[in-house]
Amino acid sequence: MAEVEINAVSKAFGKLQAVTDLSLTIGNGEFVALLGPTGAGKTTALRLIAGLEQPDEGSIRIDGRDVTGDAPADRDVAFVFQQYSLYPHLTVFENMAFALRAPIRRMPEADIRAKVQDVARLLHIETKLDNKATLLSGGQMQRVAIGRALVRSPSIYLMDEPLSSLDAKLRGELRLELKRIQVDLGATILYVTHDQTEAMTMASRIGVIEGGRLMQIGTPREIYENPINAHVAARLGQPVINLLPAGLFAGAPHGAETIGARTEHLTIARGGGDVSATVKRVEHLGDQSHLHLDLAGRPVVTLADPEAAFGAGEVVSLRLNKPLFFDAKGRRVAA
Amino acid sequence: MTSATAAHSVVEPSATTRRLAGSLVVLYAIITMIPLVWIMLTAFKSPDDAISYPPKVMFKPSLEGFCNLFTTRSRQTPEFIRSLGPPQGLCDSIARERNMVVAGPSNYVPRFVNSLIIAFGSTVLAVTLGTLSAYGFSRFRVPLKDDLLFFILSTRMMPPIAVAIPIYLMYRTIGLSDTRLGMILLYTSVNVSLAVWLLKGFIDEIPREYEEAAMIDGYTRFQAFVKVVLPQATTGIAATAIFCLIFAWNEYAFAVLLTSGNAQTAPPFIPIIIGEGGQDWPAVAAGTTLFLVPIVVFTVLLRKHLLRGITFGAVRK
Repeated sequence: MAEVEINAVSKAFGKLQAVTDLSLTIGNGEFVALLGPTGAGKTTALRLIAGLEQPDEGSIRIDGRDVTGDAPADRDVAFVFQQYSLYPHLTVFENMAFALRAPIRRMPEADIRAKVQDVARLLHIETKLDNKATLLSGGQMQRVAIGRALVRSPSIYLMDEPLSSLDAKLRGELRLELKRIQVDLGATILYVTHDQTEAMTMASRIGVIEGGRLMQIGTPREIYENPINAHVAARLGQPVINLLPAGLFAGAPHGAETIGARTEHLTIARGGGDVSATVKRVEHLGDQSHLHLDLAGRPVVTLADPEAAFGAGEVVSLRLNKPLFFDAKGRRVAA
Repeated sequence: MTSATAAHSVVEPSATTRRLAGSLVVLYAIITMIPLVWIMLTAFKSPDDAISYPPKVMFKPSLEGFCNLFTTRSRQTPEFIRSLGPPQGLCDSIARERNMVVAGPSNYVPRFVNSLIIAFGSTVLAVTLGTLSAYGFSRFRVPLKDDLLFFILSTRMMPPIAVAIPIYLMYRTIGLSDTRLGMILLYTSVNVSLAVWLLKGFIDEIPREYEEAAMIDGYTRFQAFVKVVLPQATTGIAATAIFCLIFAWNEYAFAVLLTSGNAQTAPPFIPIIIGEGGQDWPAVAAGTTLFLVPIVVFTVLLRKHLLRGITFGAVRK
């Protein structure tokens, strides 16, 4: 394990600027998640670190060594691809042993067998080792793909949305397992995802990336509570933060054009609030309800206790409770 | 799926359609097999039965055709033949019934060996070059890629015999006339364009993540190519090899023009097997029948790879 330092890296594909001036340091044993929408440059960032792409500008250092011009094999990184990429002509065991059998490693076959069996146990696939890789379920294939990286002890594990092609239940299970394994091994991981839950639950730090630029990096709590702009604020929180004109409420600070109100910033009651809104629709989720409101022609979505039993057409009152403020360019304004 | 559900399915053909299609395929197969069967029957006929009219379907089988294919014979007086010892083997006794003795082996075996060396040699070369260049075209940014690919394909656009005379003169000048190497190079140059195009299609289908994963795991690009790409391209390589082999094996025009005593292949040799008083049809048929064997064996050996589905399931798209 080692520290990985990305220094002012830029990469364009023809006219498309994929990554712009990206600087990021991943500490030894740290789990950093890059969170952003499709096409934000997350995968390109991983491929640059892996050496599958060459940066146009900037440098990449692993453990203090400049690896910018090195071939992927010489960088000592492990990559988990979004689409498993298991070798269909090999068994599960052979897939997991593949990296260890590389000519540059010269690892004795007995050590390879022991290592693969260790990792297979860790991932609960030890009974599948003799199967053809293509005959597994999606969740098992993804475990093998992760296992193929875990058999090595690289400087850093690069994971490209490894859970995105799984169903919700499996994703939840593997999320917990992956975090447990990371803590057990003390592994350094750079994890790319568009799923805020994965980023929030697993990462020690989250980098929010948008349009090829790293907008903010910090602990999940910092990113959630102190977003530097409206983009970052909109990335986290379920339901998505409501961005409303500052004029709708009294008491916005000077320069604030937009109010960002998450569920926890909105107190909803029958009368007694600052402004009133009409309930348009109620989505019952079981333990909670999504309340779709109309506030002076603006849609507002918030969570409500199902016990409160709001109905469509009902007029309710809203009160703001320490919301976020943004200026005309979306930058954060102190309250 | 049961036939009951298939009959109601929109995409599955109905049972009647399938029976009709099946019968047509069988009928077509029988029609195309008739010449082959006739050649094989002729191979076991006597020269008289082979040219009898009306043609004989029932006849007394004879190995004279095979004997005449593998031997040369000379006519002798009956007194001389009686003065010889007992016949040396089956072919000698067949020959003596016609007042002939076996004089020595024919050229069929050396011609057949030439065919084997030239056809398999050019196939290996064409498929190797084709696989490497197809991989290059598939994976790298090659300047003028589309133009180059079109240029490679354009070598197939005219009939090869159109360049026969230039090639004949060129080969004579550089000493490749009537050599096995010359024929291997010639057939390779014809086949390599087909190989590049066929294999590029197959390699394009193999996701590049496989090689990227291997390269990150410590393999060089060439090692990744050997360990990951080649095993998954076997279906395409097998199909391409069969096409190349069939062309090189059957090629006649260039073989007639460019080879004679030294590197002659079987196709120009077989039709000129002359017996007494004209073409020795049973020997020609026997030579043709044996000539089919290597292609059949090769195709059967590679059949497993041809029928096996292309990789699926390991990469989600």
